[in-house]
Amino acid sequence: MKEYELDIGLEVHVELSTASKIFCACSTKFSLEANSSCCPVCTGMPGTLPVLNKKAVEYGVAVGLALNCTITRDTMFDRKNYYYPDLPKAYQISQLYYPLAQKGKVIINESGQEKIIRIHELHLEEDAGRLLHDWEKDKTYIDYNRAGIPLIEIVTEADMHSADEVLAFLDKLKSILQYLGVSDCKMEEGSIRVDLNLSVREAGAITLGTRTEMKNINSFKAIARAIESESARQIEILRNGGQVALETRRWDDVSNESIRMRAKENIEDYRYFPDPDIPPLIISSDWIDEIKARLPEFRDEKIFRFQRDYDISLYDAEVLTSSKKIADIFEETAKLCHMPKEVSNWLMVEGMRIIRANEMDVWDIDFNPDNLAKLILMVDKGQINRTIAKEVFEEIFLKNIDPEVYVNKHGLGIISDDKILGSAALRVINNNPKSVSDYKQGKAKALGYLMGQTMKELNGRADPSLVRKILLELLQ
Amino acid sequence: MINDITSMEALRLARKIKDKELSVIEVLRTQLNAVYEREPLYNSYITIMEDEAYRQAKFVQQRIDTGGLADSPLAGVLVAIKDNICTKSVRTTCASKMLEEFIPSYDATVIERLKEAGVILIGKVNLDEFAMGGTTTSSYFGATKNPWNVKHVPGGSSGGSASVVAAEEAYISLGSDTGGSIRQPASFCGVVGIKPTYGTVSRYGLIPFAPSLDQIGPIGRCVSDCVAMLEVISGHDPKDSTSIRKKNYSYREALVDDIKGMRIGIPKLYLDEGLDDDVHKKFTEVVKTYKGLGADVEFFDMNVLRYSPQAYFVISCAEATSSLSRFDGLKYGYGIEEYEGIQELYIKSRSEAFGDEVKRRIMLGAFTQSPGKYEDYYNKARKIRRLIYQAYEEAFEKYDVLLSPEQIKTAPPLNYKVNDPKEKHQSEMLNASVNLAGLPAVCLPCGQDRNGLPIGIQLIAKQFGEKNIIRAAYAFEQTRPYERPSILT
Repeated sequence: MKEYELDIGLEVHVELSTASKIFCACSTKFSLEANSSCCPVCTGMPGTLPVLNKKAVEYGVAVGLALNCTITRDTMFDRKNYYYPDLPKAYQISQLYYPLAQKGKVIINESGQEKIIRIHELHLEEDAGRLLHDWEKDKTYIDYNRAGIPLIEIVTEADMHSADEVLAFLDKLKSILQYLGVSDCKMEEGSIRVDLNLSVREAGAITLGTRTEMKNINSFKAIARAIESESARQIEILRNGGQVALETRRWDDVSNESIRMRAKENIEDYRYFPDPDIPPLIISSDWIDEIKARLPEFRDEKIFRFQRDYDISLYDAEVLTSSKKIADIFEETAKLCHMPKEVSNWLMVEGMRIIRANEMDVWDIDFNPDNLAKLILMVDKGQINRTIAKEVFEEIFLKNIDPEVYVNKHGLGIISDDKILGSAALRVINNNPKSVSDYKQGKAKALGYLMGQTMKELNGRADPSLVRKILLELLQ
Repeated sequence: MINDITSMEALRLARKIKDKELSVIEVLRTQLNAVYEREPLYNSYITIMEDEAYRQAKFVQQRIDTGGLADSPLAGVLVAIKDNICTKSVRTTCASKMLEEFIPSYDATVIERLKEAGVILIGKVNLDEFAMGGTTTSSYFGATKNPWNVKHVPGGSSGGSASVVAAEEAYISLGSDTGGSIRQPASFCGVVGIKPTYGTVSRYGLIPFAPSLDQIGPIGRCVSDCVAMLEVISGHDPKDSTSIRKKNYSYREALVDDIKGMRIGIPKLYLDEGLDDDVHKKFTEVVKTYKGLGADVEFFDMNVLRYSPQAYFVISCAEATSSLSRFDGLKYGYGIEEYEGIQELYIKSRSEAFGDEVKRRIMLGAFTQSPGKYEDYYNKARKIRRLIYQAYEEAFEKYDVLLSPEQIKTAPPLNYKVNDPKEKHQSEMLNASVNLAGLPAVCLPCGQDRNGLPIGIQLIAKQFGEKNIIRAAYAFEQTRPYERPSILT
């Protein structure tokens, strides 16, 4: 039986997290009441005109630079004409002839192999509104809040050949976008939307097969499933001597299969032409340099530097850089307390445990590094013991509390007064004659029990080694 | 019989209001009476804003009485607005069934500026549907008639804007000019019209025909009135990215009766063919007059203008097709009630609500941008546009202004159909090239033909050369008296 290889290219739409829309001053906030964040401009009222949001261009240029693209210095906007109820002007302002950035590349690391994924282009455009169907009443409502939210569309070459490569690319892209702070990258809220261009060809063949475009993929998990399903479908067609049709398909995550939507439209069907309402946009080299200078250190560089500067493992460095926020927290905390290993341990062990237990995302973490540094120093100085410190850490992690205030308020500071420790130990010895005699008969385990009871008496606020010492003295 | 109040020049009227010789209400009442008396003849107004105008009049009088509007030379003047310019809470129809009941939620920038300047809006005036045409006969609200002879068209598309000024149903009006739509009706109605440099007047709130060509401008009974209005509406608007940031939008210093040494060029092909004998004769007199005023007048070749009508048509229709797509029957405007599926809603609403000329241009625009045609039509037209712009740039190295007849003939009869394509071609050549190059131009009257219909001339300057054409127009205007339609005298 013939073997087949996959060629996959992506079109990734990313909603930019600018405060206002791309051509008007309306807010871009998600989940506002329907049609509460729109104006005559973004609802396309006759006579209104677009005014370009400079921030959206800046974000687009930053992403272009981060994807190693060439920025198009003389660019402009085009009208993409088509009728759909969610598109208020019956044309989308987009970029066809002079996309904002072109010819970039991203290096992904897939099972130890470095691989280059070429970026064909990146362009700026406006989002459409949202249709809400009420199937029972057979009605459709339109919410224009999303109309005019700035989007970048990133188009890759068909350089990916497996679901793993696609996911590795998307992880990388997400990390870049998130490090830049240009998008919240929430796929479930639609702030990243991935269209899949997939074709198969006989193993070793040079020319690409006929592709299909797959839309409506709403999660990373669905991407892998869609790739598997669509490649199997195409391979079966070819094995049966058929031909794959050039078409747009829609992924249905419930039935786990795709449905044909329409024949793939020709770019000419959209009657693109330069939008006469927006003058050509000339991007100065000074501005590009300025944006370049402000680009953050990205994840790969950070992983390398963290290992070198803080002497932590590759695995730890990878986890600690999984979001810019956590990487920044790590680094700032380390600077404040000068104990990078300790910081790494707290974040890696306790931090990850809390994330798992609370079903959180690394992107959600947000607390003041000052608080964690204080905690680590308190432990280091023996002001609280580790058990209590874990409790305090969780409070910092989830509620960003000040550990000093918290410990004082709840009386969690360590008890080192010999008298208090001694009387607690004595009470435990008196109340547990059986354990005492067990210990005296050589059962070492009994000491552990007595220690536990003493710590309990002291609400866990004692230094265990001190408790052990006092118990031993008393039992002698 | 000449009405002392309604026949007055706008600036003079405003002066009298400031001097308390006239009250704004009194002027409004007199003007409205004239409007109601004359409208059955001309059908220039689509919407008369009587209540709103009285409200504004009271307010403006108050502002004047309390020392306001001292620097506003048009305070209290009654102005008509072409009905493709959005007015908050007042329906804006584009003379189309599509927008018959459309009430904008916002004011166009020019409207905001007029209100700020204490100008009073008296009504919305007729046009060819969506400003497409040169006769104002394609309006859903019926044809407007020429005040000089009601059997003739007033021109278009700003036919209502020109006829209300000529018929003294408003002092000044705003029109819009995409390929001659201010100048041609001004010429047919014997009044003055200015098409400013592209980017001088904000287009925010102007319902577009072809956004890269459209420009709002004033129509008045004399150059000074138009200049005063132009100063009110000009200036950068942050809401219109194509409006130009420029410090000085003052033009009144060009109102001097001295053009000695001014270099005037006349492109020869303007006079080549199809020019009516009377128009030709009058134009020759105009040339003589200019020479007499001390200008250096010279004929020269500018043959690339020959291609301007085709380029204009391709570009304007392509842009119109896209700009008019938003009228889909769904959100506002005309929409059919019963339909099976969204396609039927679109098709039926648009088929029923757009007139023939609009449909023709939408189809032509869609055709020139359909698969495989873009390079042959749209891109070629853009190249011609570039060549026309360059030809004008070269011409303005030699001349301060260019002079031409505004039209090859005077206003045709209402039922006249252009059968000779050459005639349409010639007429468009005189006007559309100016829009393609984004230049300023003024049209002003220079006499009448054998039937007593007005003849106009056109003066064109380089980009932002408004002062040159204003000076040339003003000097010419001083050589002859203002002529009004005989019915008003």
